Amino acid sequence: MTSPLEQKKIKITGPSVVTANRTWDGAVVYRTAKQGWSTELADSAVVSTSDDARALLAEATADDVGAVGPYIAPVELKDGGKVKPGNLREHIRAKGVTIDLQVPA
Amino acid sequence: MYAYDELDRTLINERVSEFRDQVKRRLSGELTEDEFKILRLQNGVYLQLHAYMFRVAIPYGTLSSKQLRRFAHVARRYDRGYGHFTTRQNIQFNWIKLAELPDALADLAEVGIHAMQTSGNNMRNVTSDQWAGVAPGEIEDPRIWSELIRQHTTLHPEFSFLPRKFKIAITAAEHDRAAIKIHDIGLRLHKNADGETGFEVLVGGGLGRTPFIAKTIKPFVPGRDILSYIEAILRVYNQYGRRDNIYKARIKILVHELGIEKFAKEVDEEWKAMGDVGLTLDHTAIEEVRSRFSYPAYEKLPHMPDELKQAAHDPLFERWRKNSVSAHKVQGYSIVTLSLKPVGGPPGDASAEQMDAVADLADKYSFGEIRVGHEQNLALPHVAKRDLPALFKALDRLGLATPNVNLVTDIIACPGLDYCSLANARSIPIAQELTRRFANHDTADLIGRLHINISGCINACGHHHVGHIGILGVEKNGEEFYQITIGGRADENAQLGTLIGPAVPYAEVADVIEDIVEAYLALRDRPEELFVDTVKRLGVEPIRERVYATR
Repeated sequence: MTSPLEQKKIKITGPSVVTANRTWDGAVVYRTAKQGWSTELADSAVVSTSDDARALLAEATADDVGAVGPYIAPVELKDGGKVKPGNLREHIRAKGVTIDLQVPA
Repeated sequence: MYAYDELDRTLINERVSEFRDQVKRRLSGELTEDEFKILRLQNGVYLQLHAYMFRVAIPYGTLSSKQLRRFAHVARRYDRGYGHFTTRQNIQFNWIKLAELPDALADLAEVGIHAMQTSGNNMRNVTSDQWAGVAPGEIEDPRIWSELIRQHTTLHPEFSFLPRKFKIAITAAEHDRAAIKIHDIGLRLHKNADGETGFEVLVGGGLGRTPFIAKTIKPFVPGRDILSYIEAILRVYNQYGRRDNIYKARIKILVHELGIEKFAKEVDEEWKAMGDVGLTLDHTAIEEVRSRFSYPAYEKLPHMPDELKQAAHDPLFERWRKNSVSAHKVQGYSIVTLSLKPVGGPPGDASAEQMDAVADLADKYSFGEIRVGHEQNLALPHVAKRDLPALFKALDRLGLATPNVNLVTDIIACPGLDYCSLANARSIPIAQELTRRFANHDTADLIGRLHINISGCINACGHHHVGHIGILGVEKNGEEFYQITIGGRADENAQLGTLIGPAVPYAEVADVIEDIVEAYLALRDRPEELFVDTVKRLGVEPIRERVYATR
């Protein structure tokens, strides 16, 4: 997955959200339509045009205290409007690591 | 072990107070992320996919049992109960909260541990041979010099804002376990014809998107002059290093673009121009640092104690002993490597319970000392041979006696896309699958020494370029693909691997690696010929033909 750290030009081709990490603990958060942050992808504001994405990102970036490193991430809209991560990287951020964390004790 | 003096302790404690204040100001909004980022990086704090990652230095890979217990405490109290040992003698905690980081740093400072030099464009943790001080045939303990360099470079204003990060590794043994040839500066301790101790200085090694093997810039620099010579190198780098382009900012690019002869000339001129800047290490200065290293009071023990003779009847013990126990410079003692590569486990991870238990075993069997190697394993450096059977049983119970050291399942892997914000593809699940494929110890023994290195992106934290088999995760149209190289090595004969064929998708990687190993077994001259030597003898083509014929 190309790192969003390399995200320079904003041009989206499908439904997208703005995501970041919460400042105090680093948790994955999503920008909501109410100009806040949520740890639930389901709460995120989904945009579908580049202009809307730019506006959402600008608003999120302005909240430098709440969250760090906001960027636009792709999502998929499933039946009934359910929001799913749009690529593996975002799947891992949303659902956690893909490996068994059990370290032999 | 090295005992910190009052100056060290004051410096570390002041650093904790400073960082506590910086975190407080960040959380209140007084500092923006742009302002704070460089400060957190100077304290080993990265922001990764899920959380902040906290990288803590283990200078020259030496730990006391007290320090390892403190890592366990940090893992348990502030993280999710485990830590990850890296390829540069650091430990990383993956789930730390920024708000709790100052407390974690303070807890570590109580045992002389810090996170300086673990990130940022400065002099990184000075690494060394994990067998330093106990390896047979070693010129002398390289940690003395590592510590002298550490002291000189830590928070040195001239080295705090380099064009890019800068890594030094030191070895004093014939066999290079510190991978000095893939470092910005590699130092090989040796004696000249007059019996004087000094260093062969290599410069310009490094991996990442533009890999280079370090070249010798000076065959012999007397030990007393090593600080001033390193300073001269860094001054040339500081002056000419490419600050305009992050991808060309490492010293390896400068050395490559100038050529080693021109670079060496620049350094020599700088060195002469510096004159006497008070960096010459006199005997007293060296001995002062040497005196702060304590060495065990070894007993006079037999080469082959009765306990070892009796245990030789246990095939499981014997397999482990032959694989994980190495010769020590003192008769009757051994160096024991603790594999952090269990079948199906993430390479280099250790739970808090394991860390506590290893600390206890170190107290009982290894004079309270533990070592960390760049291969992401631990070692107990001073184990009496009579204690090996009891130690084996204890390690086996902890899942730390997998007899796979230097074998195909002793895989070096970066955290990859499961954790890392820079990664393009996952590393750990590939490693886990490979350990399952080669889980049979007889098969692994038959294959012999074979290093697999996996990186989840071109930054090469898993050192894939120098793996006997190197695996690099890339992205193709949103899917994980992996480029595979063979023939690399990181030791005294270091070289970069050669691409064997087109990148393969995630699901096929383990199959391809199995095919490569099968091709090697069919092509090797004799059972003793190592994988990497077969590749050297035959080249890549015969293996490529066998592996890709049906793909």
